[in-house]
Amino acid sequence: MSGRVVRPYGDTTGDGMVQLSFTLPVPHGKLAEGAALQLAGRMGMEPALVAHSKPMGPDFTFFVVYGRVNHLVNLDDVRVLERDYPLLTPKEANQAIRRGLGRRLTVIGACIGTDAHTVGIDAILNVKGFAGEKGLEYYRELRVLNLGAQVSVPQLVERAHSDQADAVLVSQVVTQRDAHLHNTREMSAAFREAYPTGQQPVLVVGGPRFDEQMASELGVDRVFARGTTPGEVASFLVHALVTSKATRGGRRTA
Amino acid sequence: MARPAPVLDLDPAAVRTARRLAARVTKPIVRLAKDHTTVSVERATLRLAGLTGADPDGTPWPNRLVDTVRADVGIEHGVALPVWDALVRGEAGDLTELAGKASVGSVRFRLPTGRDRIRARAAAKKAVGAGVRQLDVSRRQRERLVRKWGDPPRQPWIYLIVATGDIYEDIPQAQAAAREGADVIAVIRSTGQSLLDFVPEGATREGYAGTYATQENFRLMRAALDESSAELGRYVRLTNYASGLCMPEIATLAGLQRLDMMLNDSMYGILFRDINPIRTFVDQRFSRQVHARAGIIINTGEDNYLTTADAVEEAHTVTVSQLLNESFAKEAGLADWQLGLGHAFEIDPDVPESFRLELAHAMLARQLFPDAPLKWMPPTRHMTGDVFRGYLLDGFFNLVGALTGQQILLVGMMTEAVVTPWLSDRDLALQNVRYVLDACGGLSEDFRPPPDGFIATRARQVLAESIELLEAIVDHDNGLLDAIADGTFGLMRRPADGGRGLEGVVQRADDYLNPASDLLEATR
Repeated sequence: MSGRVVRPYGDTTGDGMVQLSFTLPVPHGKLAEGAALQLAGRMGMEPALVAHSKPMGPDFTFFVVYGRVNHLVNLDDVRVLERDYPLLTPKEANQAIRRGLGRRLTVIGACIGTDAHTVGIDAILNVKGFAGEKGLEYYRELRVLNLGAQVSVPQLVERAHSDQADAVLVSQVVTQRDAHLHNTREMSAAFREAYPTGQQPVLVVGGPRFDEQMASELGVDRVFARGTTPGEVASFLVHALVTSKATRGGRRTA
Repeated sequence: MARPAPVLDLDPAAVRTARRLAARVTKPIVRLAKDHTTVSVERATLRLAGLTGADPDGTPWPNRLVDTVRADVGIEHGVALPVWDALVRGEAGDLTELAGKASVGSVRFRLPTGRDRIRARAAAKKAVGAGVRQLDVSRRQRERLVRKWGDPPRQPWIYLIVATGDIYEDIPQAQAAAREGADVIAVIRSTGQSLLDFVPEGATREGYAGTYATQENFRLMRAALDESSAELGRYVRLTNYASGLCMPEIATLAGLQRLDMMLNDSMYGILFRDINPIRTFVDQRFSRQVHARAGIIINTGEDNYLTTADAVEEAHTVTVSQLLNESFAKEAGLADWQLGLGHAFEIDPDVPESFRLELAHAMLARQLFPDAPLKWMPPTRHMTGDVFRGYLLDGFFNLVGALTGQQILLVGMMTEAVVTPWLSDRDLALQNVRYVLDACGGLSEDFRPPPDGFIATRARQVLAESIELLEAIVDHDNGLLDAIADGTFGLMRRPADGGRGLEGVVQRADDYLNPASDLLEATR
């Protein structure tokens, strides 16, 4: 299936052209430029052209390199997570909840650990929303509790219990030393411990540096990455808690 | 600084109304602040008297001492009387020894009366007065060094951030940034430090997305930038962050270590960190009095409003916050040149005429606060990871900065929202700034928007909406506190009896004594 094999496109099919910028810890000059070309070559760029090089202080050089990569990508070998639920408008989501559940869904959101960046969770929850879509607070059939920043995992579990949360959304922006992964694992483990099997709320985690494929590894139901909109999250919640409820089994419905 | 000629056709009566309303909003809050003290205000007082260090578990001695005094006699009278009474009685040779003894329960504190009270008061005044004089020494030293090395050759001052988490990594990065052209270095704090009810001790090498604000880190970085200033022949300023639960203490440490600017917003802690409103207002006033005395320029946090609220619909909340910040700051003794009022370039670039709207908002701020060194903050919310588009957006941001005479320009990074800035990002960002300033630094001379044009009309509209919002705040039974509680500012509802740090707030008793407050009130 040669039609499924692609390479980068500059201005002609199959030209393989890419651009790359980087810095080398080498003073500006012929040596630095040669080193840049060698690096580009090892990255599969052949031939490569140093379009721009500029000293940055006495010890560093910045490069912009253009070149043709000799790598090919076979699309049949690419594995990605496609959205496996329908996108709903707020109206459709509300209707689905009303019909399928007969009560409002309770959603708790928080930034856990030391992360104080509420930008992500606010973008998803606040009425104001994100990317032109209103946040979950706008959905009449969603009861949204935004706990804000620096909520501890025990606090989160406790609130999920006392407010009978159907879903828990956690946002993690800070990623130093993989804090987002550690915090997420700690969170999902705490919920597994605190709830009987199959009874725990739907766990959703999101943030700019998450890999959407990591859900099972992190012990959560869904991972959302950069650029996720409130509508996608709401649609997923409806899918997980209402429309595909039967397949999940055991979930409390009253 | 040359005062820019007004270019927008604003009604002077509307401007006066806005300021008068802001003063009405802040007045009862100031009364509230004068009527309370907090654990952090009391700890700052002990820090001014020279108490530093921590117990073996890392709990700072000021915390140990204030907690012990509080358990014995409460803090509503201020800790100065019981603490110096104990010292006068010979319970310990100095504050550190006293804190150590207090923490193991071998000192009982009492509230001295009669001659004992007079003696304790005199001793406290002497010790705390020495700290306040040290603020003066730092301030004079800054003035001398600025004379010696000079201010940056042009405005706006270029403000760059370092944030490695490790003070010993921050130092070479900050020095490199200064060499590359930064006039102001800000060391971002470790995430969440604003919610710690103590100031960590010593040089620190572990932080999340930033470096802890500690007295020793302040000292190390200021010393490093003094070296750079001497090398570069211009005084490189240092910025840190006061906002949070320890505003008074961090302000004090900044003053003692000759920091030059501090982030200090009147409501940021309440709205964005869920810190108790009263705690925030009491701490804010004391910290600003310290900044005033230490000659520090405050930076307010209006950019935060626009990262959570819509930058067009909510533009007036920025103006209102600037007016309130100004009113609080002036009352605390800060002069116009110390008011780095914030605003930001955060309008969605897909909104038609977004640049003209940005320009209108920036010109409004410039004209409302002609003598304040405004702090102009770059786009973050609409930086999507498309670094090429981001670079263009930053160029337009710089253009507004040049065109409206901003004095502190936080340099925007095209890799905002992707990575913490790389060496090359900073270099490209500075090229962007330099190009714009060199290409059209004087453009404001030629730029006079017509009085009935889009820009002037928009500025008048934002001012009118600001007045409406201020009126709405004044109309609340309990003014600003009720407005904060019912979500008037954005969607965040923060009741006066909620939030973090409330347990550290106490109403002052009639015989409250705090030599630091007394000396700082006299600054004005």
